[in-house]
Amino acid sequence: MSKRIGMEIALATAEAVALCRPDVIAAYPITPNTHIPEHLSDIVAEGRLDAEFICVESEHSAMSACAGASGTGARAFTATSSQGLLYMYEVLGIVSSMRLPVVMAIGNRAISGPINIWNDHSDIMTMRDLGWLSLFAANGQEAVDMMIQSFKIAEDAAVQLPINVNLDGFQLTHMVEALFLPDEKEVDRFLPRRKPYAALHPDHPVTMGALGMPDIFTEATKARDQALVDSRTVILKVWKEWEKQFGRRYEPIEAYKTKGADVVMLTMGSMGETAEIAVDELRRDGVPVGLLKLKLWRPFPFEEMKKAVRGVKTLIVTDRCCSLGGPGGPLAAEVRSALYAEAARPAIENALIGLGGRDVTVDDFKQMFRQAGKSKGIYEFYGVRG
Amino acid sequence: MAQKKWPETWQEVTPGCMIFEGGNSREYHTGSWRAQRPVWDNAKCIKCGICYIFCPEACVKEDAQGYFAADLDYCKGCGICAHECWPGAITMVEEG
Repeated sequence: MSKRIGMEIALATAEAVALCRPDVIAAYPITPNTHIPEHLSDIVAEGRLDAEFICVESEHSAMSACAGASGTGARAFTATSSQGLLYMYEVLGIVSSMRLPVVMAIGNRAISGPINIWNDHSDIMTMRDLGWLSLFAANGQEAVDMMIQSFKIAEDAAVQLPINVNLDGFQLTHMVEALFLPDEKEVDRFLPRRKPYAALHPDHPVTMGALGMPDIFTEATKARDQALVDSRTVILKVWKEWEKQFGRRYEPIEAYKTKGADVVMLTMGSMGETAEIAVDELRRDGVPVGLLKLKLWRPFPFEEMKKAVRGVKTLIVTDRCCSLGGPGGPLAAEVRSALYAEAARPAIENALIGLGGRDVTVDDFKQMFRQAGKSKGIYEFYGVRG
Repeated sequence: MAQKKWPETWQEVTPGCMIFEGGNSREYHTGSWRAQRPVWDNAKCIKCGICYIFCPEACVKEDAQGYFAADLDYCKGCGICAHECWPGAITMVEEG
């Protein structure tokens, strides 16, 4: 039976990972994800989880250790944030190209500089093109649920790809929330042991990570891209199974009060929770606004996005990251690409907000809704002084 | 029928480009990269085998008399054997 508990989300995330019985955990601490591997090391030390906890000397080593472990057929987990993610960057594409279903939690944090340890999405956005599946949690319950779902999705015979679960640093990682934690039996029923496509073993030689020369690289890349596109079916299937067993529904884009809404806001991560309150309050005042919460970042849900904005006049895309010298926020750029060929599409405004941990309040969301249609240019730094 | 060396289409690429048969680097003749070839002067050779040890391609082989020669299908002409050969028995010669 699931237990309703009050727990810091990072610790609950670690408990969820432990329920998935990983064989190998390799991690290096960095704020704000640290409590996840720290708590896992406690769980291993207490003998509650039979796993190899490798105290590596860097994030580059953490991801390399996960790659090697996953190559032998083990279930491997790591967690990181910001500069740590950048330090493991070199290995990220290797892991996905070798089709190793490593699972990683990212406590999202701004990339320096100026040096900043607080939340935004500039870390995960650097790796959006590296062939990892990517989920965004809006609250602690979603972080816990997605952690367990991730192993099943990543290890599915039709997927075999690494996956990351994004939790906003501090806003989620350090928040104490009341949530349901499934028990071992429930998770065992949901998540089978990993059956690797291939595993490194002296009795059955296999080469992983061989050279791919110009005459094969295009085909290899097409195959990788198709694997991500096709993973969508498995993600939806796993989410259906989850809903059936645990009663909580997951979809690539969750709609909140969008019926009859002229202006709709799109968020990723924890901001969706605050924006809901703004929508409630404006709706109470008779203002027809709604909210879309993106949970599946990779593969990008093109079809769901087109469907979700049908009939909407203005779509405000929020981005917790700036593509410096580029088209504004990465989310807005992708939404614009998704909708470009549509005959009827909303006007799209892009608000860059919540950068480097700045609070985004209910009033901020209400003001953004009220200002809809007045945005100048293709993106704006909401609330920037000067 | 000879086995195909490369997948013809992207659908034939194995997940992760994994290779399940051993020893197939033999099919790739790196000797085509070579601009210079090592030539042994057996009169100077003392059969120490340092060329054999240092060859990064592992393509230097010992013959029945204990002298050495490179397998030119794989020798890239890097010149490491000539550089390491302290009796000076190996000369790098331009490929014609």
